[in-house]
Amino acid sequence: MTSPGSLKVTTPSDREIVLTRGFDAPRKLVWEALTTPALLKRWLLGPPGWTMTTCELDLRVGGAYRYEWRKEDGTVMGMGGLLREVVAPERLIATERFDQSWYPGEGLVSQVLTEQGGRTTITMTLRYESKEARDMVVKSGATSGMELGYARLAELLAAAPAGSGR
Amino acid sequence: MQLAPRIAGARLDAIFAALADPTRRAIIARLTSGEASVMELAEPFAMSQPAISKHLKVLERAGLVSRGRDAQRRPRRLEPKPLAEASEWLERFRKNWEGNFQRLDTLLDELKSAQKKSPHAKR
Repeated sequence: MTSPGSLKVTTPSDREIVLTRGFDAPRKLVWEALTTPALLKRWLLGPPGWTMTTCELDLRVGGAYRYEWRKEDGTVMGMGGLLREVVAPERLIATERFDQSWYPGEGLVSQVLTEQGGRTTITMTLRYESKEARDMVVKSGATSGMELGYARLAELLAAAPAGSGR
Repeated sequence: MQLAPRIAGARLDAIFAALADPTRRAIIARLTSGEASVMELAEPFAMSQPAISKHLKVLERAGLVSRGRDAQRRPRRLEPKPLAEASEWLERFRKNWEGNFQRLDTLLDELKSAQKKSPHAKR
């Protein structure tokens, strides 16, 4: 019986996004799924319609990784970076840069795994260098944003940083 | 895809920075039920009006709050569009990752049962 935890997305600062999610599996297995190319290809896919066509990962500090995806309509997307910290099975930190980067500079992704009672929590922190960022690039958000009402607000506020009071 | 955070622009940054504070979130929550003057907004908080005004400035710079026409009260009101944009962006982001993580759940279940069958296959 799997009872996976729900995904929490928070924005604790203007440059960070933090995702936390519980998994009903020991940390070692989760680590394997996060660091083995053949396994990554099975879940790291993003929106429906995409497949992962390239997944290379040199699992050591300073090692490079390269991921590519392809959509049904032929659209291709790629990203890669270097591994900064590799501490199995608890911590993986890497730089990330998308081929068609819509944000300036590199991102830094840290994945921290904690295990409790056979369950594992992944805390993923995405940090962006956004100093040079100029304009908002949220194109689809900008067009459909108008129709969204206050209903989403509660969601957004609930997703705002936990533990910083109310 | 993450992945695809089409994040980044200074504007989204300003919005998230503005929301990364509990007092400012409470102000936003209050303004969802209608416009209010600085005095009215200060009431529920143990804070001076200048302190509240400072928070309001951050919210105004992020485009989340604007000032009404009434010259005397200068009521503040919520500007729903930027908030909706930020919310929309986060929602798409969350959905992508939720999809990824659900597939990961399935994979982990498989790995677990494979491990049970042959306990020595994996370290």
